[in-house]
Amino acid sequence: MMPTEGTKPIGRRVFLGTLGLGAAAIVAAPTVQKAWSGTLGELSQLDPTGVSGLLPNPGGFRYFSVAGHVDRADPATYRLTVGGLVDRPLELSLADLQAMRQTRVTREIVCTDGWSVEQVPVDGVRLSDLLDRAGVTGGAGAVRFTCFDGVYSESLTLEQARRPDVLVALQMEDKPISHNSGGPVRLYVAPMYFYKSAKWLSGIEVTEKVEPGYWEKTGWPVDAWLPGQEPGHA
Amino acid sequence: MPETRSGVIPRRESPYVARFTRAERAIHYATAALFLFCIAAAACLYVTPLAHLVGRRHLVATVHEWAGVLIPVPVLLGLASHAFRRDLHEINRFHDGDREWLRAGGSDRRRGRFAGKFNAGQKLYASWIAGAVLIMVVTGLLLWNRFSLTWIPRSGVLFIHDIGFYLLGFGVAGHISKAVGDPEARRGMRTGLVRRTWARETHGQWLG
Repeated sequence: MMPTEGTKPIGRRVFLGTLGLGAAAIVAAPTVQKAWSGTLGELSQLDPTGVSGLLPNPGGFRYFSVAGHVDRADPATYRLTVGGLVDRPLELSLADLQAMRQTRVTREIVCTDGWSVEQVPVDGVRLSDLLDRAGVTGGAGAVRFTCFDGVYSESLTLEQARRPDVLVALQMEDKPISHNSGGPVRLYVAPMYFYKSAKWLSGIEVTEKVEPGYWEKTGWPVDAWLPGQEPGHA
Repeated sequence: MPETRSGVIPRRESPYVARFTRAERAIHYATAALFLFCIAAAACLYVTPLAHLVGRRHLVATVHEWAGVLIPVPVLLGLASHAFRRDLHEINRFHDGDREWLRAGGSDRRRGRFAGKFNAGQKLYASWIAGAVLIMVVTGLLLWNRFSLTWIPRSGVLFIHDIGFYLLGFGVAGHISKAVGDPEARRGMRTGLVRRTWARETHGQWLG
C-alpha cells in the first residue's frame, strides 16, 4: 500500500464538496429554476426544432401517460358518455359540448412531480352543467371518470364535482386541446393537483361512493387539494 | 528421487497482472446495471419524445425509483472486500505523481508513468460521482415521498434532480467513451487481468 505521508485526501474533499454543492443547490434552486425556466420558456417559443424540449426543466407542460400508446380520437366521431345514477344518460359529440355554455378558469397548474405552469386559461363546460343536464338521481355521492387511453381513471365526490372551477375542458391556452395534452376533451379540476385532471376523457359515471382512480389506487390521495384550496380555507 | 533444480532456468514473468478481484468486478457490474436501468427509465420519464413513445408512467417510474435507490448498495456491500477498501483508499489519496499527471495534460502520451493503480482523472471522477449519486438518491427519495416534506419546495428538488440527470449522463458517457478507447482497460474489468506492459505504460507507479 502507498504510504499516506505526503499525500492528501483530495478524493474525500471532492466527495464532500460535491455533497455540499448539492445541498446548497437545493436551497438556491427555487430562484435559479425560475430564471432558467423563464429563459428556456422564451427560447422554446423561438425554437422550431424542439431541441430546447430536451434540456432539463424546460418549463411548461410535461407529457405524462400511464398507457403505452394512446390512439388519437377523431374529433368528428368523438363521444363523451354520461351515465350511472342519472335520469337521462347522455352521449355527447364534440359539437354538442361546444354548443353548451362555455366557462373559462385561469389558474396555476401544479403537478405533484414539481413542475407547474402559471395562469393557464382553460375553457370548457362546467361539469355541474353536464350533471344537471343528465339529472343526478337520489343516492348518488360521487363521480367516476374513465379515459379512452384504456387505463386511466379518476374520481371526485359529487360535492367536488359540482364546484364551478371543475370543467370538462375543450380548450387550453385558447387552442383546442392537443392529443398530447389529453385532447380533444379532458377533465380540469382547477383546485387540485393536476393528476386529478384526467386526460383523454371519454366517460363520466355517477356512482354511490368514490371509487379510487388509477393513481389513487397506488396511494395518492383522492382529495388532492392544492395548498390553500381546501374547502373552508380562508 | 532426483533433486529438482528450480532456479536454474529463470521463470519467465507472466505477461499478465491481476488488476481487479472478482468482488471488485461484481461491484462494478452491479452498479453499472442499476445505473443503466435507472438512467434509461429516467429518459423515458422526462425526455419528451421518449415519454411520447413509451408512456406507461407508473411502471417506468417504479423501475426508475427502485434502480436508483439501489445504486449505492453494491458499493456498500463491497466494503466487505479488502481489495475494494484498498481501492477506495487509493482513490482518496493524491500523491505527487497525481499532480504531475494532471499537469502533464492529455497531450502527454506518456503521462501514465506518473499514475498509480488509478490516475488522477479516475480518482476525481470516482469521488465526484459518489457525491453526485448520493445527491440524486436524496432528491429522488424526496420526490418519491409524495405529499410529505412539503417544507422543502418540490420544484427546487425536481430541478436539482433534473440537472443531476444531465451531469451524471455526461459523466457516465465520458467514462464509457474512455473504456471504449482502451481495450486493455476493458479486459481488466472483464477478466480481472491486464497486460503487464499496459500497466507499466498507463499506471507506472502501480506495480512499483
